[in-house]
Formats: sequence, C-alpha cells, structure tokens
Amino acid sequence: MVNTNKPSVKLKVSNLSINYGEASALRDVNLDVYENEIFGIIGPANSGKTSFLKTINRMDIFTPGMKVVGDIIFNGTSLDQWRNVYALRSRIGVVFPLPVGLPLTIYENVALAPRLAGVKNRTELDIIVERCLTRAALWDEVKDRLDSLGSMLSGGQQQRLTIARALSQEPDLLMLDEFSIAVDPVTTMRIEDVLKELKHEMTIILVTNLVQQAYRLADRTAFFLMGDCVEMGNTEDLFSGNVQDERTRDYIEGRFG
Amino acid sequence: MSNSPEINIFAESELNISNKKTEGLFRILYMMMTWLLILPVATILAILVYKGGPMISFEFLFSNPIKGMTAGGIFPALIGTVWLVSVALLFSVPLGVAAAIYLSEYAKDNWFTRMINLAIINLAGVPSIVHALFGVGAFVLFFGFGTSILAASLTLGIMTLPVVIVSSYESLQAVPMAFREACWSMGATRWQTIRRIVLPNSVSGILTGVILEVSRTTGETAPIMFTGAAFFLPYLPESVFDQTMALSLHLFVVSTQVPHVPEGLPYGVALVLIGMVLTMNAASIAFRTYLRGRKKW
Ligand SMILES: Nc1ncnc2c1ncn2[C@@H]1O[C@H](COP(=O)(O)OP(=O)(O)O)[C@@H](O)[C@H]1O
Ligand SMILES: [Mg+2]
Repeated sequence: MVNTNKPSVKLKVSNLSINYGEASALRDVNLDVYENEIFGIIGPANSGKTSFLKTINRMDIFTPGMKVVGDIIFNGTSLDQWRNVYALRSRIGVVFPLPVGLPLTIYENVALAPRLAGVKNRTELDIIVERCLTRAALWDEVKDRLDSLGSMLSGGQQQRLTIARALSQEPDLLMLDEFSIAVDPVTTMRIEDVLKELKHEMTIILVTNLVQQAYRLADRTAFFLMGDCVEMGNTEDLFSGNVQDERTRDYIEGRFG
Repeated sequence: MSNSPEINIFAESELNISNKKTEGLFRILYMMMTWLLILPVATILAILVYKGGPMISFEFLFSNPIKGMTAGGIFPALIGTVWLVSVALLFSVPLGVAAAIYLSEYAKDNWFTRMINLAIINLAGVPSIVHALFGVGAFVLFFGFGTSILAASLTLGIMTLPVVIVSSYESLQAVPMAFREACWSMGATRWQTIRRIVLPNSVSGILTGVILEVSRTTGETAPIMFTGAAFFLPYLPESVFDQTMALSLHLFVVSTQVPHVPEGLPYGVALVLIGMVLTMNAASIAFRTYLRGRKKW
C-alpha cells in the first residue's frame, strides 16, 4: 500500500454498496482516505453518509436488514479479515450528531474505554482522563467537577466530552458525524481547532452538514448525493468551482433543493 | 382592519367557559374513581386492624399453634412463608433476569424469539391451580423432591417467572439505544455494555418486578397446598426438603377447616400476612427510590 510519492492510504473503500432490505442507501462508492488527513463528506440528508460511517467500524451488524457489499481495507487489512471486531472498533473513535453522554460521571465517561481495554491503575486512568479532556478543550471547564454526571454539562460541553471519550480509545481514525448539529457556534469553532491539531496524530473523517466547515477543515472532500458519491477531490478544487459534476457546484453554492 | 370593534383577546369566550366546565367535570369524575379504588383497600385494612389488631402480640408471633390451632401463635407458619418466598426468589430472580437480558440484549427478532415471548405470555395466564398440579407432577413426583419447600418454592417460582421476565425486560428496554451504540462503537462487547451501562441503569425497574413477585408469592395458597405446605406441623423446617406450614395456607385452614377458632384469630393471621407483604414492598420501594435518585440521565 505504501507508495513513496503518495501519502499512505489509511482506509481504502472499493465498490461499496449498502442496502436496507430492498432500499439502496449507497451505491458503488470507491474512495481512499489518507493517513493524517481530514477527509470531509458533505451532502444533503439521507445521502448515505451515516450509513457509510457505520460500515467502517462494522456497526452495520447491529442494524437488522442492513446489507453491505464491497471491500474496505483499514490499516492494510480487509475488514473481513479483522477477526476481532472489538479490536477494530477500539481503533476507531466515533462522535455522533447528538452528544451521547453515557450515564456516568465525567471522569468515568472518559475512563470507560481504557477500563474496557483493561487499564485498572487509578493514576494511569487519571493521566488518560486529564490528557483526553485537555485535548478536547474541556479540561479547564470540568476539572473541578469530574465526579458530576456527564449529562449535567451543556450541549457543547457534552459534545467535547464525547470527543474526549473517543480520544481515550487512542484511535487511529476519528469519525465525526455532523458533530456541530446541536453545538453553539463558539464551541463549534473550538472543536474545529481541536480537530486541526488532532489531524497530526490521526486520520479524521468528517461528515458535515455545513459546507463551509468542510471548506475550513477538510484536505479532501467527497460529495454524497442520494446514495451516490458524486464527486471527490481536493477541497480547494471543489470550492474553487473545479468540479466534475455540476451538482457539486450547485450544492456547494447553496443552490439546491 | 381599523374600523372593526376592538376585541379584548384576554376575555373568556363562550368556548373557553364551556371547556373549563368540562375540564372541571372530568377532573372530579377521575378523582372520584381514584377514591373509589382506595376505598376497598382502606376498608380491608381497617377491618383487619380493628379485629386482628388485638391478637397481635409477641406470643402470637413467636409461639406454636396449640389446641388444634384454636390458640397459641403462628411462628412455624411465619418462618415457613419466609422460607418459601426466599427459595422461590432465589430461583426465579436470577432465571427471570437472565431470560430478560437474553430477550432484550441478545435475541434477534426471529420465530424462536417470538415463540419464547408467546410462551411467557401464556405462562402468565395459567391459573395458579394448574401450576399447583404441574408442581406436583414435575417437582414432587418426577424429580422426587417429595412434598417439600423445594417443590413448593419451585412451583411458586415458575408461576411468578413471567412477572419478573416482563418487568425486567421492560426496564432493560427503557435504557436508550444510543447508550448501547456509543458503548459498542468503543469496542465494548455486548456483555461489557450490559454490565457497565444497561444493568446499572435498569436495576430500579427490575426491582419493581421483584416487589410484585414477593407480594404475589407471599399470598399464594393453591400452588403450595399440594407441593410442600403442611396443614399442621409445629416444627421449624431444617432444610428445603422439609415440609412447612405457611401463613397463607394457615389462614385458609383456621378460617374454614378448623372448628371453634376464636373470631379474632384469622384476622390476626391475615393482618400479619398483609403486614409482611407491605413491609417487604415498602423496603423494596425505599431501595428503588434510592436507586432512582442516582439515575443518570
Ligand atoms: N436503520 C435503517 N433502516 C432502514 N433504512 C435506513 C436506516 N438507516 C438509514 N436508512 C436509509 O438509508 C438512507 C441513507 O441514510 P443515512 O445514511 O442516515 O443518510 P445521511 O446520514 O446522509 O442523512 C436514507 O434513505 C435512510 O432512510
Ligand atoms: Mg446522518
């Protein structure tokens, strides 16, 4: 996979199609995500963006009727050959559209993944919790109340808590699904800054409903429309009007639907 | 329009007034129905306390029945009921909760699962006397436990299993799916998710099922009558293979089977029986409230 000229491929998706029963949600998607890039995915609702993310960490198996065909290679190994889906998932951090604060304290929310991975030592956990909360730009706001419930935080804080939780898995790949839907603009900006930093340590797939967010953050961007990957290319190109498909330009310029 | 007569938008219209009347009427109606519901319970309790209250004494609670059960106490029956209920709980709570966890967290929606659900519903509908006869056939005779606490408790346990399963299932389902998905997507197994997230957030509901079961188990007579409860046996049981007296059966016996029982005695037994149920319920509810207070979402 590693090529001297090209950046190395973190995730290679070939001929991916997703069906829910008879209904098709995604058709024949081919794309590569490179190491240490932010890969943006834009597109209107129901285009298959969330379904796409679900297949990458094999969450499709929890959705009855969801059928996936195609090949996904993550870290050089085909998903079919990842014997242990739990190990796969623990390499991939996920942030959902609405913050899902687990019914635990702030501390335990972040300590859960390490605990699941077998870390028991309290000082070790303390270090992980502080580091992850700091990197998610939340530490200063919560350091004095780590033992209060995660659900007591504001929406924006909860979303940063879920990012801290995702980071506590020490993921190679971070997938964010429309993270800013329930977050105020100021927090959105703070999280965007966090993502720019995180990119140096991991690969990020950013599904976003905000076209401008993809423009601000993504190195490359794919445009999903009604189950088709209509366009994929450097974000710069897409946003300077250098597109293969007119619909991409229309969507980016907000002339849609 | 400027020339239309000014309307006070805050004034009550005809419609508002009639709505208000209907509202008030239904309020009173529903309140009366609720009171009607309380009435029988209050009456029963009042009569029991009035007639049975004078019977209750240390001696009544802690001594054997004497003179053909027309005098003395109810100690063996009291202890017997505690045995029967405890062993039944030991059997049905782990089994019921495990079944509920399986159905809620593991089972796929297929014909097999639907069959299990159907079986549970039917089990809940089986009359207690049929359970009793099943208990005789299965536990007393087939498994050879004889008429014993074990046989009686297993019969009671099976009878109350559906309550435990259904109420546990429902409280497990009340935990939002998003929590599970978040947990799974971190690489947690199903069991890790159940242990760390689902169970801690559904214990209070599961306890409700147990409360219901306790109340029901304590009062049941038919299922234990032929399987392990004795008419008169003034000794305390030593193991689950002994027979025992039980409060519910004792109440039946002193009310209908024995001549020359003083009038207050059955009321006293009934009062103790109800007192036991209420005490256990109160304790469980208190515990549940405590757990609810720590609910985390
Ligand atoms: N669990 C499901 N069952 C059936 N259809 C689904 C399910 N989830 C998504 N879909 C359908 O798949 C299509 C893509 O949905 P989704 O991946 O959520 O799109 P997006 O995230 O871009 O809004 C939609 O038409 C949606 O109705
Ligand atoms: Mg979506």
